[in-house]
Amino acid sequence: MRPRALIPILYILFLLLPIYWLVAMSFKTTNEILGGFSLFPQEWTFASYRTIFTDPTWYWGYINSIIYVSLNTVISLLAALPAAYAFSRFRFLGDKHLFFWLLTNRMAPAAVFALPFFQLYSAVGLFDTHLAVALAHCLFNIPLAVWILEGFMSGVPKELDETAYVDGYSFPRFFIRIFVPTIKAGIGVAAFFCFMFSWVELLLAKTLTAVEAKPIAAVMTRTASSAGYELGLLAAAGVLTIIPGAIVIWFVRNYIAKGFALGRV
Amino acid sequence: MKTENQRGWLFVLPVLILVAFNALVPLMTVVNYSVQETFGDNLFFWHGVGWFEDVLRSDRFHAALGRQALFTFTILLIEVPLGVAIALAMPRKGFWVSVCLVLMALPLLIPWNVVGAMWNIFTLPDIGLLGYFMNHVLGIDYNMTQSPLAAWVTIIVMDVWHWTSLVVLLAYAGLISIPEAYYQAAKIDGASNWAVFRYIQLPKMKRVLTIAVLLRFMDSFNIYTEPFVLTGGGPGNSTTLLSIDLVKVALGQFDLGIAAAMSLIYFAFTLLVSWLFYTIMTRNEQ
Amino acid sequence: MAKITLDKLRHSYLPNPAGPDDFALKQIDLDWTDGGAYALLGPSGCGKTTLLNIISGLLTPSHGRVLFDGQDVTHLPPDRRNIAQVFQFPVIYDTMTVYDNLAFPLRNRGVDEARVDARVREIAAMLELEDRLAMRASNLSPDNKQKISMGRGLVREDVNVIMFDEPLTVIDPELKWRLRSKLKELHQRIAVTMIYVTHDQTEALTFADQVVVMQLGEVVQIGTPVELFERPQHTFVGHFIGSPGMNILPVEVDGGVARFAGHAVQLEGPIVRQGDRTEIGVRPEYVRLADSGIPATVRKAADIGRYTVVETMVGDHVVNAITDRLPPAPGARVFLHFEPSQTRLYADGWIATEVWK
Repeated sequence: MRPRALIPILYILFLLLPIYWLVAMSFKTTNEILGGFSLFPQEWTFASYRTIFTDPTWYWGYINSIIYVSLNTVISLLAALPAAYAFSRFRFLGDKHLFFWLLTNRMAPAAVFALPFFQLYSAVGLFDTHLAVALAHCLFNIPLAVWILEGFMSGVPKELDETAYVDGYSFPRFFIRIFVPTIKAGIGVAAFFCFMFSWVELLLAKTLTAVEAKPIAAVMTRTASSAGYELGLLAAAGVLTIIPGAIVIWFVRNYIAKGFALGRV
Repeated sequence: MKTENQRGWLFVLPVLILVAFNALVPLMTVVNYSVQETFGDNLFFWHGVGWFEDVLRSDRFHAALGRQALFTFTILLIEVPLGVAIALAMPRKGFWVSVCLVLMALPLLIPWNVVGAMWNIFTLPDIGLLGYFMNHVLGIDYNMTQSPLAAWVTIIVMDVWHWTSLVVLLAYAGLISIPEAYYQAAKIDGASNWAVFRYIQLPKMKRVLTIAVLLRFMDSFNIYTEPFVLTGGGPGNSTTLLSIDLVKVALGQFDLGIAAAMSLIYFAFTLLVSWLFYTIMTRNEQ
Repeated sequence: MAKITLDKLRHSYLPNPAGPDDFALKQIDLDWTDGGAYALLGPSGCGKTTLLNIISGLLTPSHGRVLFDGQDVTHLPPDRRNIAQVFQFPVIYDTMTVYDNLAFPLRNRGVDEARVDARVREIAAMLELEDRLAMRASNLSPDNKQKISMGRGLVREDVNVIMFDEPLTVIDPELKWRLRSKLKELHQRIAVTMIYVTHDQTEALTFADQVVVMQLGEVVQIGTPVELFERPQHTFVGHFIGSPGMNILPVEVDGGVARFAGHAVQLEGPIVRQGDRTEIGVRPEYVRLADSGIPATVRKAADIGRYTVVETMVGDHVVNAITDRLPPAPGARVFLHFEPSQTRLYADGWIATEVWK
């Protein structure tokens, strides 16, 4: 093994340490956690996990999160696909400015928008619905999806479109039957990033929900403060939030690096 | 070559509506607040640019901006070189690439408040792994709730932990796009490792590094959840970054006018710096 | 400058090669004299790039030795072999000017600036790049970029050999010809050994004094362009070189006489080897449409400028003939005559006749 392999190994160790600690905590009893320091759980307990899987406020948190994240991913992709196609194939009045404006929306600090978002979604009667969070997350996910998809689409030669028209395909049929399957790697990467950014965001999700659509992350903060400081429970809930991300990333592992490389700035 | 086709607008329309709904309406609301004064009961009065003057003159805003600048500058200075170094040391192909990428991407997929909570648990003085190690093994007095220095070091290490992988992924994507022939030519030309880095790898990574710095700048400037969960802005105000201060003003004190003016100044500042950086970095490309 | 010797060279990408199929390069023994212009010709995947990388030192062979002027360089890294290589896609240092690109190999070796300047200007003049020296290299056209990669090789005075790995792939057709003549001219002026790898026979035959034809990791023939065309040592060479390639037709050998489709065919000389599979090879240039001989049916005729390629069928076998007269119409019955001095027998692919002395 070459010495420079040490750099990634040390870095990964550094990444895994806090995660290890979270996992270890989640299997400890509250007494053991507060009683003193121990590197490994002395008596393994699944009590924290049992609480989460039996208490509806907990597990509904997960279900709510998964619902709005999936909803957001679908909406973002459906809207971004034709737009990315237009940016990659056509020149139209103001296209460059529009593209840049879309990207600037990633710069809007969520904290700035929290209150106006609350008022806006209350006004249109969507407050505390999954749709509200899914739509709000479009603010930063659509620009990203457009950007990634545009990169992939620009890599597909225009001749593909032309050949299909010559063969008598109508535009919608060409788009769905030929074009979309051609860039499915790009769609996978875009879906991954939409999933990721929607899953990790908390501020807007928390602001736009109260009971019905409350995300897991919000359940965590509230439970932790109301029921004293149940570190084991908090750790177990945290561990469970890492799992969906880990599963998704395993599926797209071969595309991650590529997805970044293809976007245009 | 792209064809001139105004039908493009039709394709972009759904995106336009969705993003405009989310971006313009709230932005207008914020602008609206920023030029009005309220005494409750939904009564608003025109206040002109008064709030903007107040914010720009306030020591509190300057202090928060200063802390924010220090934070962003520090994490960029650590994460970008570190990310590049890790990407350079990573294997280029084979089984270990997938393992590295998956493990490294893990922190990016953890909800931000969980990141804060995780680091909180990790650093608790007597029962956290890091806290215990610092206090009882190394004998360094380490307590985030009391020492501003400890709090600062912790939020910076946490951000490095959370986001360096993004720089690694981007830099790595840039590196693997360099054809093997470049390395072979450099070998034949007798180039040193440093020359290979300086004249081949760095120029080829420039584009992705521009993206990395922009993303990290924007996101770290907007950072709220992780430091809020970890330190709550304390001890005192020592880690009260811009967003945390903003939320304190808006929701804690309900000074909507000031908060809105702060938001806009802050948004404009982010936009300006990003645009300047982007323009400078892409100046040499035709 | 140096003579290059490949001594029992073999290479496998596998850690423990067993059979000959595990080798990307089967045994190769070669001598390349100083100052020659050589071409390595073969289809994609025949091992020519592997061989090139072994000579340049980018790859260490699993077996055998590489010698420069009798000195073993098998384990020397590329920068200590004093070689230069031009790649398929132009490799230039984007951020540097043309001048700095050309100076790069010299500066890396600590040559003093006055000398660097003199050499860079001399080479730039040779490549007609003088007026572009101050430009950023990334703004040049592909042919000029390729000239820079050549220049980085030429700029070093101590260079033993310059190798070209399909260097004209990304160049426009009309510029290809100009760049190739430039290369030929440079070779005559500085007389450094050049090895040119290509799958394009025209490039190989016009550039090189000696062409090495490779197939499946083996050298099948080394010779001048004329030798390769006139007397291929292997059916592969006959087929690969020429357009259309040599007619390779299965024959039965019986009592020293080769019979193709039942007709006795007169060969260039006596048969000296036997084999399981016997074929005759005759170039379309030496197949005449005659009044008597082997009966055939014309399938089609293609006019390719000065002459016409007539494709005929003898039973199930396609035989191409070249004629400069008006071709017969498709479907016409004709007779083929093979020029005996240009008709050779191949046993298991290798030549099996000798020329009458």
